[in-house]
Amino acid sequence: MSDFSAAFGAAIEMITSGNPQLVGIVLLSLKVSLSAVLVASLIGLPIGALLAVARFPGRRTLIVLTNALMGLPPVVVGLVVYLLLSRAGPLGELGLLFTPQAMVIAQAILVLPIVIALTRQAAEDAWSVYRDLLRSLGASQWRSAVTLLWDIRASLVTTVLAGFGRAAAEVGAVMIVGGNIDGVTRVMTTAIALETSKGDLPLALGLGAVLISIVVAVNAAAYLVNEWSARRYG
Amino acid sequence: MTQAGSLLAPLLPLYLRAVTVIAGGKRILDGVNLTLTTGARTIVLGPNGAGKSVLLRVCHGLVRPSSGEVRFNGPERIDGRRRHAMVFQRPVMLRRSALANVTHALALAGVPRARRQQTAEEALERVGLMRLAGQPARVLSGGEQQRLAIARAWALRPELLLLDEPTANLDPTATQAIETAINAVHAAGTKIVMVTHNLGQAHRLGDEVVFLDAGRVVEHVPMSQFLASPGSAEARSFLRGELPWA
Repeated sequence: MSDFSAAFGAAIEMITSGNPQLVGIVLLSLKVSLSAVLVASLIGLPIGALLAVARFPGRRTLIVLTNALMGLPPVVVGLVVYLLLSRAGPLGELGLLFTPQAMVIAQAILVLPIVIALTRQAAEDAWSVYRDLLRSLGASQWRSAVTLLWDIRASLVTTVLAGFGRAAAEVGAVMIVGGNIDGVTRVMTTAIALETSKGDLPLALGLGAVLISIVVAVNAAAYLVNEWSARRYG
Repeated sequence: MTQAGSLLAPLLPLYLRAVTVIAGGKRILDGVNLTLTTGARTIVLGPNGAGKSVLLRVCHGLVRPSSGEVRFNGPERIDGRRRHAMVFQRPVMLRRSALANVTHALALAGVPRARRQQTAEEALERVGLMRLAGQPARVLSGGEQQRLAIARAWALRPELLLLDEPTANLDPTATQAIETAINAVHAAGTKIVMVTHNLGQAHRLGDEVVFLDAGRVVEHVPMSQFLASPGSAEARSFLRGELPWA
């Protein structure tokens, strides 16, 4: 117990003093996870909205599939991306393995089903209300999808943040495709795993505290955005 | 827009021939024959479940008939813009300002950006909502939202405006504002076809009546004639029910 409190004290000290090693890891984590969420959102938001609006054969299969992929195991995604990017793999020539870009790709794949599925759900609820109006106004499927996205923008903040939570918290995928190289691809989760096994509890705990604070802060911000939007736009 | 319209064949008359709509094994519309011509304000009356809303939706193309034909005299679109518009019983407002609700509708209809602002402002002006233009549409009152819905529809300069009980659930003041707005739209040259449950409103706004019962058009006559001497047993029974004091 005293071990733990000593480690915790040291962790607080690292955070408050802005330990450069810790700050570097936190910044890289944010950069990788935010980039992954950005990529996944650019692809996933329109696809989710179109899935809500369009009717085509195979739509339900696609919906079930994206819902199922929300629970994709990160290590499996890591493995697949690893195989794709490894020197002998089909994308090996890009030389991306063990780079932050590879980590962005892996996390974007993890986040994409979440963005698609949650967007589709919210957009479909809105579509049941707006369908007649948008059809009456002669909106194409694409314009309808874009109109819906803008109208449910407040709930999409929550969607995107759910994706960010997934990206920031996962360890398996970034560990495999990033390699946890100190100063290059070491992010919060992989660092926590490593430092814990090495016995460097202060750094692990400090990173854990930062990770949890970021997730809490981001969700608090999302909640406030939703509340403000409900008051402002009804 | 108006000039392009005048070169084309007028949208109306609208011909419905033997239009039948079957949904869930029920015949909602049952062989409707109806011709709607330009000019007169048409009120659609009938008991609950007679098929009034579905009739409007069929005219607007939101419901496809199971059999029969819905045909307009002229093309339904000019440069992508539909020539008929609809106002629903519950106004559906986008999470934007009142003005942006109208400009967005114009954008969806393919109206060039340069013309949207002015057209939208004119429409808001016409229904008396200009002072609320910047307000988020969803926080407007029910009556204001419905007037906004009329402005949004009218901004598209439709030749035919279909209204499905636009004043249901509104108080008398709001209802009066809606009726004023509808008359303003009619005065600007748009054909009005409106479903209502309110006989007083039908009398105030209607030039002619289409009376529906059990999915069939039972009468299609001038309003005064319908109210004074309904020709069918169904209409007499309906009027007795709606005017218990008569």
